[in-house]
Amino acid sequence: MTQSTAALGTSGRLRDFALLVACILAGWQALYVIVGDIAITSPASTIGYAIELLPSSEFRPHLAASLTAFGDALLISYAGGVVLGLTLGFHRFSGEVAEPMLGALYSLPKIALYPIILQIFGLGLSAKVAFGALHGVIPVALFSMNAVRGINPTHLRTARVLRLSSIETVRTIVAPAIVPEIVTGLRVGFSLTLLGVLIGEMFASQHGMGFLLINAINLHDVKMITTLIFVLFLFATVTSAILLAIDRRLHVRV
Amino acid sequence: MTRAGGVRILVAAGLVLSLEICCRSGIINMATMIPPSEMLGAIVDLARSGRLLKESLPTFRNVTIAFVLAVGLGVIGGTVLHSLPRVRRVLDPLLASYYAVPFFALYPLFVVIFGLNDWPLIMIGIVFAGVAVVVSTLNGIDRVPPVLLKVARIYRMSRTAQVGLVILPAIALPLFTGIKLALAYSFIGILAGEFILASAGIGHAIAFAYDAFDNRTMYGLIAFTLILVTLMNMGLQACERLLLKGRSR
Repeated sequence: MTQSTAALGTSGRLRDFALLVACILAGWQALYVIVGDIAITSPASTIGYAIELLPSSEFRPHLAASLTAFGDALLISYAGGVVLGLTLGFHRFSGEVAEPMLGALYSLPKIALYPIILQIFGLGLSAKVAFGALHGVIPVALFSMNAVRGINPTHLRTARVLRLSSIETVRTIVAPAIVPEIVTGLRVGFSLTLLGVLIGEMFASQHGMGFLLINAINLHDVKMITTLIFVLFLFATVTSAILLAIDRRLHVRV
Repeated sequence: MTRAGGVRILVAAGLVLSLEICCRSGIINMATMIPPSEMLGAIVDLARSGRLLKESLPTFRNVTIAFVLAVGLGVIGGTVLHSLPRVRRVLDPLLASYYAVPFFALYPLFVVIFGLNDWPLIMIGIVFAGVAVVVSTLNGIDRVPPVLLKVARIYRMSRTAQVGLVILPAIALPLFTGIKLALAYSFIGILAGEFILASAGIGHAIAFAYDAFDNRTMYGLIAFTLILVTLMNMGLQACERLLLKGRSR
């Protein structure tokens, strides 16, 4: 599969991508024709409205609020997840104890915990950040832990045979072995943190994209809903495509 | 039981116990969180009054429908997609970044398309859970040893016989990962939908109790949901172990 993609070359991939975008736009337009203005606006008018909305002064504060919350939450997810994951990875027994627990936490519907987060953090920025971090930290930890466990023991023994110092071992053996897997974790954590922050904004905020969305839903402002979904999808897809490209490049090198 | 399993139970029990102590001693304000024993009491009360069943029945029904449809459609979709490599190559970026998209934003759209009933919720569950099944089906079929397919051809099996007798058994294990995710995701999708815009179900009941400052009911329902999902997960993990055992024999 990856081989066929690689053999296809850049121009082929670009053509495929253009085809995908064209299919999505065609599907969107078809849906618009079927259900009409009451549920969705057409691609052309949505993109037009997005171009008008994005630089406007009433939209920018919300975008900034979301990005601030998302940045903070991402920092916590990444730092907390990597530290927790590495600790559990290197200390094998704790890892064995914790893994099913982390797995269970990962598949919990964390939205059910939202009222508790609100009780603890109150309304506002910290609750959004906490909710985002809650979503992101577990996958990052799980991937980091499995990255450490996946280090080939032969490589570590080779390091001992070569009498590498611990710093050299980390630099030449451990880091190259675990970084690609950790980056995969960071990619998954990125998406989930974004999801968490947006859900947080939908319930308990007066600022941010999530707030705009729930507000538009309550007012049944179809144009706004479609445009926000479009902008969010675009942001999520583009960032995840960039992270995926980095991820794949790192995995190929190993 | 393994040593790790024993320690795990101890850790979980210790966490619950320390939460209990923190709440009882006032380190955590009772208005913020009620002690775990009270939560259990709340669950029992809710169950006795029949409210638990009333609130959770619509959620269970919708999760079940979404889960079954997501797995069915996902396996079919994955199998079809695997036989169309050209289409798969085009869709690949979409599948890879699918879970980065905040799916629940589509809820209002679904409401207009499917009407004000349970179907928008179920659709969210399917849309969220189905793709995990598609991806794990594709991964599974990619890893079917070619020799098995050759044997199927030697026996001149029909396409359906190949899928039913060779491919499905061969991909059971990777598919199970997708099925586990599908259950978790249909729960998450439907609960989130209920929180935002439904008039029934556990999610709605939790949001309603939160708005009414009814802490006891709220924590009872939250604890009930968490316990239930954890138990379901443990059940699925046990199934997976059984499947693994059957494989190694």
